[in-house]
Amino acid sequence: MTMVSRLWCRKARQNLAFAKVLGKEPKTFSTLVQLKTDEATDNNNDSQAQTNDELIKSPSLGNYRLVYPEFLPDPNPLYRNSIREKLERMDMLNRRSVLSIPEFYVGSILAVTYSDPHAVGKINKFVGICILREGCGLRSSFLLRNVVNGEGVEVRYDLYDPAIQNIDCLRLEKRLDDELLYLRDAPLEYSTFPFDMEIEAKISESVPVNDIKIPLNPLPWSQRWERLNLKGVKEIVVNERRQKKAAALAKPWEKYDLMKTYRETIPEEEQNEIFSDVYTKLNELEIQKNILKRKYMLQRQNSSKTRTS
Amino acid sequence: MFIPGTVFNVISRSVSTSTVCNQIIKLTRLRVVDNSEIGKAAMMEGKPPRCIHVYNKTGVGYIGDRVLVAIKGEKKKGILVGLKQRQNPKVPRFDSNNIVLIDDSGTPLGTRIHVPIPHILRTIMRRNTHSKGADYTKLLAIATKFV
Repeated sequence: MTMVSRLWCRKARQNLAFAKVLGKEPKTFSTLVQLKTDEATDNNNDSQAQTNDELIKSPSLGNYRLVYPEFLPDPNPLYRNSIREKLERMDMLNRRSVLSIPEFYVGSILAVTYSDPHAVGKINKFVGICILREGCGLRSSFLLRNVVNGEGVEVRYDLYDPAIQNIDCLRLEKRLDDELLYLRDAPLEYSTFPFDMEIEAKISESVPVNDIKIPLNPLPWSQRWERLNLKGVKEIVVNERRQKKAAALAKPWEKYDLMKTYRETIPEEEQNEIFSDVYTKLNELEIQKNILKRKYMLQRQNSSKTRTS
Repeated sequence: MFIPGTVFNVISRSVSTSTVCNQIIKLTRLRVVDNSEIGKAAMMEGKPPRCIHVYNKTGVGYIGDRVLVAIKGEKKKGILVGLKQRQNPKVPRFDSNNIVLIDDSGTPLGTRIHVPIPHILRTIMRRNTHSKGADYTKLLAIATKFV
């Protein structure tokens, strides 16, 4: 009973918040964002059932599963619990309204500023390439890797950790693989990034894919990379025995296994249900983020101009 | 008549090939990261020290634990300052298992550490130091970089 009332309250509040944004009607939006809001307003006027239908059709929901992968729950039915998922989603939105978490992918370069009780000024900053994104809901985390003083360092962060003060995406790009753990066995220059890197000024529609091919160090490795069918690695040289073993263990038919795909993914209808639930709030936050980003870029341009003149 | 595999086997006999263990237990190979004479010599020779004892109740070493190592035929004490193992969130994980050599009173044998040291080690070292026992915080003073 309390659950239902709570959700009702939330719905009502969401609508109110949306009305507030409409009242302000900021004029600096890009055309694309403007279109999105228009769509949203149309949807809002219609009945609830229709909203869902139109949201499913709208193209912006298509890439939400890539931009916000942590909103999708663990597909394993043993861990599913619809109430917990809903509550977690609300918490995630609340956290996102306080801290702007940028869009990032495996292969992007991130800077994380977090309060660290062990550090001197109680604040610590780490810059590195994101080599792994895992977990879902409030437990989602990412792994950053960098080379400091010739030593490879990796730090794992929880995305919704309250100790995090700021996350910046310094370079937004993707790589050819879903996880870049092979950087541990690659030469150090491929995972070295300066700590004083600035945010790259690039506002493009699609996320660029960096198709760099990385050579691996000679054996021994931390994992048997030849078995993983990696795309971002230059040709892997192993002896005949390991090649044979890799060939024997390859499962090229798995991509046709519909049942396996079904078990390991959230079906589209369910995804749409989840994202239509959080769409309004996320969209609102995105707009705010874009405005802030533009402001930052303008400020930086101005400061560089004054510096040159 | 030499077969390449045989040649490789013969060459590899002169090299110690036990791999770096992800858990610090007895006989784990470690890497000395300070500039003490004995540590540098051992690392240059390609005979990194082995852990022969971990000073805790479990026998498994974690970050900040004291270990006894066999290095160039001698027994020395060291502090684990960076591990390869999976760590808690916000605690850095390193590409090698690093130690800094110390003597019985906690004074480091070298004068400089040339790899980054995790910030959490400050707290751990301060906790392990007792007013009348060894002072382990001296190790923090010779670090060049914290992450």
